[in-house]
Amino acid sequence: MELVLTFLLLAFLGATALGVAKTRNLFSAVVLAGIFSFLSAGLFTVMDAVDVAFTEAAVGAGVSTVFYLATLALVGGKVRAPEIRITTVKEKQTARTPRFPLVVVVVTGAILIYGTLDMPPYGEPNNPIHRHVTPRYLEETDEEIGVPNVVTAVLASYRGYDTLGETTVVFTAAVGVMMLLSRLKKRDELGEEPWGEEPVESLDVGFGALEPSLESGDRLAEGEGRAEELAT
Amino acid sequence: MNIVVHYNYWAFIFLMMVGFYILISRRNLVKKIMGLNIFQTSVFIFFISMGVVKGGQPPILPDDGRQLIFSNPLPHVLILTAIVVGVSTTAVALALVVRIKEAYGTIEGDEVTAMDNELPA
Repeated sequence: MELVLTFLLLAFLGATALGVAKTRNLFSAVVLAGIFSFLSAGLFTVMDAVDVAFTEAAVGAGVSTVFYLATLALVGGKVRAPEIRITTVKEKQTARTPRFPLVVVVVTGAILIYGTLDMPPYGEPNNPIHRHVTPRYLEETDEEIGVPNVVTAVLASYRGYDTLGETTVVFTAAVGVMMLLSRLKKRDELGEEPWGEEPVESLDVGFGALEPSLESGDRLAEGEGRAEELAT
Repeated sequence: MNIVVHYNYWAFIFLMMVGFYILISRRNLVKKIMGLNIFQTSVFIFFISMGVVKGGQPPILPDDGRQLIFSNPLPHVLILTAIVVGVSTTAVALALVVRIKEAYGTIEGDEVTAMDNELPA
């Protein structure tokens, strides 16, 4: 049963990844990337990593997708209605498919597969990774930390400094994003048009850009007209 | 050398290489970041698969003190950290893309390079 599930999930993961590679519509690519994350969360559950599955589903599939959609709303075309702007962003078609990347990828993949031949067999309890420090974590957690979930015990206590470093990284990233995008907002307030001939009305950096605004009735109609133009 | 025991690793290498291919062959910057994300997630799956013990349970200690076989919690911890850090770097990359769009009016990498080359040295 577990084997069937693993194979099924891996097959879907492969198909989704190829879909991301193939589609030119960036909105479809974002949705496929979200599906990829959810599928990998499923695979984590099958592989007994329930905490990782939670995080991947919440942060990998949820928050990342929101970031991508916000980016598409900001970099999308000149259609004013945000929901139409997001769904019609397209990647430019290149004249021909370059061969060189394919060669690089196949060679790299072949080298990596050669490398796996030395790997210990999948799922064996005597693999080197299961020796050394892991038995200690499993045996001593109950007494030393007193938390039933060993992953929590290792994350917050045995390797608490790792987590402190992680929060530092997240903080730095948040500051970086705010600094990069705050200037954008300031220009919008000055009334300058950051790009394009038409003013892009909703430049909220946060989630506001994703919500259709209240007076969007006529803008919606206009946007729909444009979408039809684009479709034809 | 047993071929069957490595099928998992090969599947991850396939996924990883699809991500790598998107990263190096596509000109669109948002698409490149997506490729990087797929690459990243494949590495996560690879790590987690190394921690699997056949017939194991998720590493949560039972109340009644029964002795169970647990999967290795250590890769889980490392990957938890990596997922969060990965999302942070994605956010910074996407913010940079927004600024590139503002400065150059495009998110296609080759057009940005062409504009850079047009500038007088």
